[in-house]
Amino acid sequence: MADMTVEAGAAAPTTMPRRLSEGWFAWALIAPAMLFIGVIVAWPLAETLRLSFTDANLGGEHWVGWANYQALWDSSPFAQTIGRTFYWMVLSVCLKLILGLIGATLLNAAVPGRGLFRVLVMPPWVIPIAIGCIGWLWLYNGHFGMLAGLAQRWGLIGGPFEFLAYKQSAFYSAIVTDVWVGTPMVSLFFLAAMQGVSRDLYEAAWVDGAGRWYRFRRITIPQIMPVIVSMALLSAIWTFNSFEVIWILTQGGPRGATTTLIVDTYKTAIGNYKFGEGAARAVVIVVLLASFSLIYLFFLNKVNRKYGVK
Amino acid sequence: MMDKYTRLQVVGIYAAIFVFLLFMLLPFIEMFMTSLRPLSHLFRSPYTFWGSDFTFEAYSKMWTTVPLLGRYIVNSVYIAGMVTAITMVLVVPAAYAYARLDFPFKSASLSVFLGVNMFTGAVLLIPLYRVLRTLGLLNTYWAMIVPGVAFLIPTGIWLLRSYLEKIPRELEEAAYVDGASRIYTLRRVVLPLAVPGLIVVGVSVFIGAYAQQFLFAITFNQERAYQPLPAGLFEFIGYQSVNWNEMMAAALVGVLPVMVIFLFLQKYLVAGLTAGAVKE
Repeated sequence: MADMTVEAGAAAPTTMPRRLSEGWFAWALIAPAMLFIGVIVAWPLAETLRLSFTDANLGGEHWVGWANYQALWDSSPFAQTIGRTFYWMVLSVCLKLILGLIGATLLNAAVPGRGLFRVLVMPPWVIPIAIGCIGWLWLYNGHFGMLAGLAQRWGLIGGPFEFLAYKQSAFYSAIVTDVWVGTPMVSLFFLAAMQGVSRDLYEAAWVDGAGRWYRFRRITIPQIMPVIVSMALLSAIWTFNSFEVIWILTQGGPRGATTTLIVDTYKTAIGNYKFGEGAARAVVIVVLLASFSLIYLFFLNKVNRKYGVK
Repeated sequence: MMDKYTRLQVVGIYAAIFVFLLFMLLPFIEMFMTSLRPLSHLFRSPYTFWGSDFTFEAYSKMWTTVPLLGRYIVNSVYIAGMVTAITMVLVVPAAYAYARLDFPFKSASLSVFLGVNMFTGAVLLIPLYRVLRTLGLLNTYWAMIVPGVAFLIPTGIWLLRSYLEKIPRELEEAAYVDGASRIYTLRRVVLPLAVPGLIVVGVSVFIGAYAQQFLFAITFNQERAYQPLPAGLFEFIGYQSVNWNEMMAAALVGVLPVMVIFLFLQKYLVAGLTAGAVKE
């Protein structure tokens, strides 16, 4: 097919047929990937929507209309879960961005050994999240883990402290681990953006007597703002969907304190075999994330325009 | 000069870097320390940071405690390798189309791909489970490979596209003038030039594939012989006692394959990953 199109183009070099054949050729190149996504992502997505209107479980399924959604709407634990999920997302993303910015600045400092430091930041991102979380699981162990152990020896706490056994501490411990997972990638992208900022800007400011903090605030931050804003969206989506960290550390406990939407969905659908109710939760996730992203992209366009990025 | 630091500033920077790296490496330090402790020492109170009885025994005993451990590590590498191969076959032509060709629904279809990034497997698990059951793939390697590919295609297209855009067009145009077909040009002109980019994308897909196995493994695969390492590690829990020291040793040994690949290629990887993102 490709050979024919080129011949046709060569014989009659008008624009229209050539463009048309380019279109067919392009779609032939994309089709396999698109088909794959269609079967493994798009179709299940449509199926999730259908299932959310049924009471599907291991026994079978019946159409129940909006009943699943009505139940979610009426359920106060579910409202709490949504609130908790957004709190989880906002807190964790803010910490990732702040730490990422600090990390990138440190790794960008012209001191000997920075090549090595840059490599040493990456392991949390390179290894499977599940494996990193096993390390954290032991760190948080109240009797035998390093954190509680050292804190006891230094007299910071009186006795063993199980980080994952209490509602508050479990939640914030999970946040710390999630931040640990996400920070290297954020640092890396900020670092690359910082390296892309023209040195002339800094030198001009330096000649004018601007200090480091001033240059950071007035040159670095505005220049890398588009990257900060797009990383914020990406990591918000990932953090919202963060499953393994919570599942391995607490499985959503204690008493639901770390149950975010994604964990709740998994528990309902896979843990309790309530496929229909789980699907309704999944649809809520998709709707929330999609509307969040759209609002955010609108905002992103404004920021990009403000900072003169195309 | 502008970049000159005072001695105090240098000390401050190093101190801050130390704290930052300590946070990043803390779980690894803990895993290593735990792997060195004999079981009797592990559950000893009060906590001691360093013990005279530290040994590497766990690194040899773990293979008998969980006899399939070696198999799990091989499975992990095999699954990630297959995911990478299939993803690359699908991504290369698509990325080329987005980088070079002009066609109807170009940006719309690209948004569809990128939109996939919004879902994790967890949202789609139920119907995905049924799709895989219909295709007869449950409890096989494919149960972990197929969903893995789907969720890595978008990133792959995105990264490779920005790489391909940097290859000068003139070479392809020269090939067309000489009468080469589009497929021929893609295969013999573009791909050889894109090898560094293909390596970067391939390695990052491999790392992604190695990292994401846990969820698919615990949901779609019950067959122990096919289990990848992140899921298999949990077998150390639930024998007569929890052999935490061996579990940590196994975890550290299990991440060696990706760490080695990463260390060899990190320079290209970091540059290649960020190039696409920063340009715009």
